[in-house]
Amino acid sequence: MDMQTLFSLLGEETLKTLYMTFIGTLVSYLIGLPIGVSLIITSPNGIKPLGFYNKVMGFIVNVIRSVPFLILMIALMPYIRIVIGTGIGPKAITAALIVAAAPFVARLVEQSLLEVDPGVIEAAQAMGASTFQIIWKVLLLEGRPSLLNGAAVATINILGYSAMAGTVGGGGLGDVAIRYGLYRFQPAIMWITIVILVIMVQILQEVGIRIAARMDNRIN
Amino acid sequence: MSDYIISLQGVTKEFDTKNGKVVALNDINLDIERGDSYGIIGLSGAGKSTLVRTINLLEQPTDGRVVFDGKTLTGIGSRDLNIQRRKISMIFQQFNLLMQRDAIGNICFPMEIAGVPKAQARAKAEELLKVVDLEDRAHSFPSQLSGGQKQRVAIARALASDPEVILCDEATSALDPKTTRSILRLLRQINEERGITLVVITHEMNVIKQLCNKVAVIENGEIVERGDVQEIFAKPKTRAARKLFFPDSEERETPEGRTATRNRLRLAFNEKTAYKPIISNMILETGAPVNLLYANMDALLDEQKGQMVICLSDDHDAAERQKAFLIREGVDFTEIPEESDYYDYPLNGFSEEVSE
Repeated sequence: MDMQTLFSLLGEETLKTLYMTFIGTLVSYLIGLPIGVSLIITSPNGIKPLGFYNKVMGFIVNVIRSVPFLILMIALMPYIRIVIGTGIGPKAITAALIVAAAPFVARLVEQSLLEVDPGVIEAAQAMGASTFQIIWKVLLLEGRPSLLNGAAVATINILGYSAMAGTVGGGGLGDVAIRYGLYRFQPAIMWITIVILVIMVQILQEVGIRIAARMDNRIN
Repeated sequence: MSDYIISLQGVTKEFDTKNGKVVALNDINLDIERGDSYGIIGLSGAGKSTLVRTINLLEQPTDGRVVFDGKTLTGIGSRDLNIQRRKISMIFQQFNLLMQRDAIGNICFPMEIAGVPKAQARAKAEELLKVVDLEDRAHSFPSQLSGGQKQRVAIARALASDPEVILCDEATSALDPKTTRSILRLLRQINEERGITLVVITHEMNVIKQLCNKVAVIENGEIVERGDVQEIFAKPKTRAARKLFFPDSEERETPEGRTATRNRLRLAFNEKTAYKPIISNMILETGAPVNLLYANMDALLDEQKGQMVICLSDDHDAAERQKAFLIREGVDFTEIPEESDYYDYPLNGFSEEVSE
């Protein structure tokens, strides 16, 4: 393979990886953030305790999280094929990523919001704030730095999932590493994809930390 | 019905714990008049924090009624409750400010919740910053403020919703003595100038003395004594009240035989007698010595008050002359019987439960 083909291949597959990672993260947050918030407020010490919902939702989240991603993906394939028409390629993989990552995101959000000082929530309750106002103006705002750090962790995790999806023909950098590095014995290409992945993780982590620190008014 | 702003009627709170039911509040009846600065004092675990939290229903009582400004709060819907809560502000030991908002943002917060237009809220918040003497710290975040400054922001925030009542839950317990004084002064000013009723939860008698006109003493989830601060200070009826008003007398051990146990008097000084050199004059006039066992001067809302325990002369005639002198000077006194600890003995012959 000449350099030109190699570069265009890596460029294309990197874009696919980015697509899967960012769409996957975005949709995982659209689903996982409300679930995480609901787990916090319905917990026994929450502002709207709702034992049954909390237990059931917690159980669902745990069940999905306990299945390794690779196995979950393979198990989900027939259903994904029914819903979006195909079982391979970045679109199908993104769907699987979301199913796996949303519960993970929900737990990350839950952990972040647990750090919000219960005294401040109590103060808002004493002021007559509604549940919605407490979620919006207290929990999400006070938890913002921790939520952003969590988002960096989630994005990196989803990037890892997307690379794993390469083994089942998902496309992206993971796919390149397996097809060229493993099946065609071209370790150099495998190492290039690894370097690209490492750089992407470094950038995500660094950007996440910086944004979280800049948005945190506690350290000044 | 008279003008009670807060009325607790038979309020009981039980908690379920692993070791069974714990009664935190037992049939509390408490009426607080508009404009009062009502102190609730007790040792930790007495139930005072639970009590104050039942007033705005942060703690749902197991039984009983909470009436605020003529309206029953217990049992109403959360929407109505939230509207009533805007009239009952609260300040806390740990300030509980939003860490991600600056001072002015924190003060705007209750107004945001109530739907006050932004510009109007902002103008009012600036006004309130002046009231609490922090106009130059409008854009500081809580992490950049000292404890006293944080509590001032919290007080401004409490004032933002034009409340009828401010509940103060150990509001000065995390502050040093000097800052405590300035915060208490500010709260008193708010009580006097704006007529806002204060409910002051504390374990420190000094807070009651400097801030309150009424006080209730709470012990084991029950109010054991209540009334005007002046009155309870001069004549504490229960051991719990005496323990709180004279905390150090509890630990004082009198070595056997060293201090007299006979001929003892407890003196109470009021605003008229507190400034006079009574004891020196008594010694000069009667020509007989007295032994001073305990003395304490205090200011109650700026009025000087004092307690003293003295031992009169062994000479019977001299002792009689000394008593006559005290009567002439208008000093209240009670004789303390032999064998009883002087801090257990109430003033003016109150006979109720001297010991437990």
